[in-house]
Amino acid sequence: MSAPVNNTLRPQTPLAMLLWLGIAVLGAGAVGGIALSRGETINSLWFIVAAVCVYAIGYRFYSAFIAARVLMIDPTRATPAERHNDGRDFVPTNKWIVFGHHFAAIAGPGPLIGPTLAAQFGYLPGTLWILIGAVLGGCVQDFVILFFSTRRDGRSLGQMARDELGPVGGMAALLGVMTIMIILIAVLGLVVVNAMKHSPWATSTVAATIPIAILVGLYMRNLRPGRVLEGTLLGVALLLFAVWGGGWVDHQPGLRGWFDYAGPDLALLVIGYGFAAAVLPVWLLLAPRDYLSTFMKLGTIIALAIAIVILRPDIRMPALTQFIDGSGPIFGGKLFPFVFITIACGAISGFHSLIASGTTPKLLSSERDMRMIGYGGMMMESFVAIMAMIAATVLDPGVFFAINSPAGIVGADPATAVATISGWGFPVSEAQMQELARQMGEATLFARTGGAPSLAVGMASIFSSAFGSGLLAVWYHFAIMFEALFILTTLDAGTRVARFMLQDLLGNLIPALGRTSWTPGVLLTSAVVVSAWGYFLYMGTIDPLGGINSLWPLFGISNQMLAAIALCVATTILMKSGRARYVPVTALPLAWLVTITSAAAWEKLFSPELRVGFLAHANDLAARLAGGAIAPENIAQTRQIIFNDHLNAGLTLLFLVITWVLVLDTLRVSWRAYTGHVRPPLSEVPHIPSRLVENWVRD
Amino acid sequence: MNTATLRRFWNALRTVTGDDAYERYLAHWRTQHAGEGSPLDRKAFFRSELERKWNGIKRCC
Repeated sequence: MSAPVNNTLRPQTPLAMLLWLGIAVLGAGAVGGIALSRGETINSLWFIVAAVCVYAIGYRFYSAFIAARVLMIDPTRATPAERHNDGRDFVPTNKWIVFGHHFAAIAGPGPLIGPTLAAQFGYLPGTLWILIGAVLGGCVQDFVILFFSTRRDGRSLGQMARDELGPVGGMAALLGVMTIMIILIAVLGLVVVNAMKHSPWATSTVAATIPIAILVGLYMRNLRPGRVLEGTLLGVALLLFAVWGGGWVDHQPGLRGWFDYAGPDLALLVIGYGFAAAVLPVWLLLAPRDYLSTFMKLGTIIALAIAIVILRPDIRMPALTQFIDGSGPIFGGKLFPFVFITIACGAISGFHSLIASGTTPKLLSSERDMRMIGYGGMMMESFVAIMAMIAATVLDPGVFFAINSPAGIVGADPATAVATISGWGFPVSEAQMQELARQMGEATLFARTGGAPSLAVGMASIFSSAFGSGLLAVWYHFAIMFEALFILTTLDAGTRVARFMLQDLLGNLIPALGRTSWTPGVLLTSAVVVSAWGYFLYMGTIDPLGGINSLWPLFGISNQMLAAIALCVATTILMKSGRARYVPVTALPLAWLVTITSAAAWEKLFSPELRVGFLAHANDLAARLAGGAIAPENIAQTRQIIFNDHLNAGLTLLFLVITWVLVLDTLRVSWRAYTGHVRPPLSEVPHIPSRLVENWVRD
Repeated sequence: MNTATLRRFWNALRTVTGDDAYERYLAHWRTQHAGEGSPLDRKAFFRSELERKWNGIKRCC
């Protein structure tokens, strides 16, 4: 079978032409309808139609163009999996299975949380960015990095940066990956803590996931080794039971006190848990939890998609809110650049480039599969983000803001909060919030920042309407459990990865620390990593502005910075391999990312707005401290917040510097390539013909 | 739905979830490493798989 890739760029028959024209018209109509609708409500079906049409066109035409012209995918070339086929790391695998593994790896809590937070600008900006960003940016990044890594024996992003750009680029990439990991874990930890604070039901359910995971771990290791399906079935049944059991605990006056904690206490518990999870053997906690969370994640996402299609709820959030001017309660900052920073996963997520240059390239049996796995996998994740946007915007805007606004902005007591929010033009009443909290089985839903609780309320209302009502509280806590489950998985896995990197780095100085089997080294490096994210997490819980306000933009900036690094590597490789003509495919998203990360970093550093600029906030507090305007009991905390502002500013500066070092390095190497000096040389492995092509009847 | 379809579905599910990883390992071992001692038993295989899998970035945000 030869590769007729080039001929498929255009639809071949008149019928196909007509079909694609129809999809284009339908998609344009849906996007236009979403963008121009100024009625009271708009049906969520339009979002689904718009998304599916945009993805279909992007996949059919743009990804085909990238595959055929830009990358020149060559199915006759043996992939690393075929050449090395060691039965362990390198295994030629069916493309649907690779797709499943890849999607499960890239889809985390990010695409659920980002759109929920960005809904403060209204539904339109986030939705457009998710669709356009994915088709032209995120999917392209995942696809090209998967391709380049596969052509380099599955080398990691950091190694490719070192090979193609040189030691400076390599070092910047490594540093970037380490810092993003720390910020990511802290902010995700904060999301879980905010969902659990003073909620015995949520806390006891999430706590129960730990012994359940251990039980499944023991089952799959000792009782029935490797029986993944049995173990998972057992675990899922127990998890559902734990959701129900949490409700029971909540109604036991003697028991509920055991699971009723304030934010800072929960933060300490999560930190302790993170340390334990990082040093315990993987089979005991991490691996079984990961199996459970993957199944839960896929199951819930599919159920949500079905429920939305059955129910087609109306979107109640306006297309745009007044908060595009930067005065939003959930996070400060104008529409540009902050919507692009807030929604990273779902539009373009740099983290994916680590997965696309990790396990996935070692499993591909043909280069032909990359388009579906790289480009298509990210499309799926983008669709998850669209569903999260729907779940957030079907809520009454007043309710949405009451759940997501920190007490420091709208006031700590319910009466002030509803007055403030109603004053913005989003009417909400105390009675309404009380009734909602009662239905969800919570004491209060005010100021539950972080996105998880409002998403859970949205999901619970969608699920209970589609699959039987009356169980709102159970659905709510099911959604919380589902989010917490894979946030904690990311937390464990991220801590381990950061630990390995740190050990790698320190191993250069003190060889003993580099050995992953030396217990004191493991304990020490784990403690360093856990205290790094633990610090940000704990500070987030005592921050009067709610923590998410400062941490989520940092996370967004770091994730987009990582995407910029990945696109720098891709652009450099395109230049060096003489494909300068097609460089805009990666260079334009790169230019956009550099623009938004630089603009956002600049604002976070130097904006005079107290809720945006870290330095302005620190200076304001310092002035008030010096002027004696701070109550004596708050002085220590204020000093701490000032220090944190400076720390956050330092990190932002670091991200800015890393991004620009990479960009300048890319320009340097690209210019040299353009003038005929390909140095360092391309690291692509030579062409070896695939033998699978003849033997297999593919597709 | 006939039994053949069901069986195909069941096998696909086992492969997707990694439930049949050991069987696949044995098949690979027989074709590629047959002269080299004996293959890992189920328990040892599962253990080494876990260590290998969790040595890199496996989960994203």
